[in-house]
Amino acid sequence: MSVSTYPSKELSALERAYILLTQNGMPVIPQPFHYIAEQLDISVEQALAMTKDLKQRGIIRRIAAVPNHYKLGYRFNGMTVWDIDDEQASKFGDAVGKLPFVSHCYLRPRQLPNWNYNLFAMVHGTTPEEIEVYRSQIKDLLADVLQDRGNKLESYNMLTSTKILKKTGLRLKNKTA
Amino acid sequence: MQFTSLQQSLINRYQKGFPLTSQPFKQIAQELNTDENEVIAAFNQLQQDNVLSRIGPVFDHKKAGASTLAAIAVPIDQLDEIAERVNKFEQVNHNYAREHTYNLWFVVTDSDWLALNKTLEEIEQVTGLAVLVLPMEASYHIDLSFDVDFSQAPVKRLEN
Repeated sequence: MSVSTYPSKELSALERAYILLTQNGMPVIPQPFHYIAEQLDISVEQALAMTKDLKQRGIIRRIAAVPNHYKLGYRFNGMTVWDIDDEQASKFGDAVGKLPFVSHCYLRPRQLPNWNYNLFAMVHGTTPEEIEVYRSQIKDLLADVLQDRGNKLESYNMLTSTKILKKTGLRLKNKTA
Repeated sequence: MQFTSLQQSLINRYQKGFPLTSQPFKQIAQELNTDENEVIAAFNQLQQDNVLSRIGPVFDHKKAGASTLAAIAVPIDQLDEIAERVNKFEQVNHNYAREHTYNLWFVVTDSDWLALNKTLEEIEQVTGLAVLVLPMEASYHIDLSFDVDFSQAPVKRLEN
């Protein structure tokens, strides 16, 4: 158990404060950026400029009204996992990511012998049958690149979620300087 | 769950591209040909009903710090207890029970990789179980927006 160590993107103290302030949402008031500016002791223009800058740097992915998918009827999700040829991973990862019912598609390291899957694709649906159909569509797409490791390890699987045990937005710790 | 047509528009149109202006709700009102107070009231109701979990920036965990997916194979009768121990870490922001030998799946985010490794070690210590660490190597697509077809699939209110 260990992850490689490489430096994360630098954030200024002000940007860190901005993240701490907004990670659980902005107030629904006529001038939410005025509130942010006031809290951070900067001007509204600066608050907006900082938001745009963080977005441009990819630190903010998007500004959104974030729906609770469960409440909208998307009660079933499956983490489909696939053991595919590394040489083909990028090409096929891209193709799987383009499927309309896939919300996330990632390549992750295998941890043999316990975990042989390297491609992850999340699917969402309103019924268990719906996500089964999605899994079989991904399987068709990946048929030629799935790895056969004999009987010991499956070449794919779908881990359905039985219970949400915790779900919060990004929680950056408030570091005391 | 029944939604007004204004609420439906707010859900489907602002999962990305929320206006970056000093009066965003006023701009949304203009885009939807209604008034600002209506928009604010509708958003407040959606938040109150937990249909929207929040309105604001969605951060890339990886760029705002260091983040990884992790899993633990928990003996089934200990699942709740172990989940509780894992959830106590504020660095854990998602935690799902899933059907597999690895039955506890969570995302750990920390300020940097050094801190993240330390947190993962602490999780192993307090659970007494090995953690499978699966950091992202490449991302092909992330789109968490859903185009909800309110006419085809009437969404029922979930009692809880």
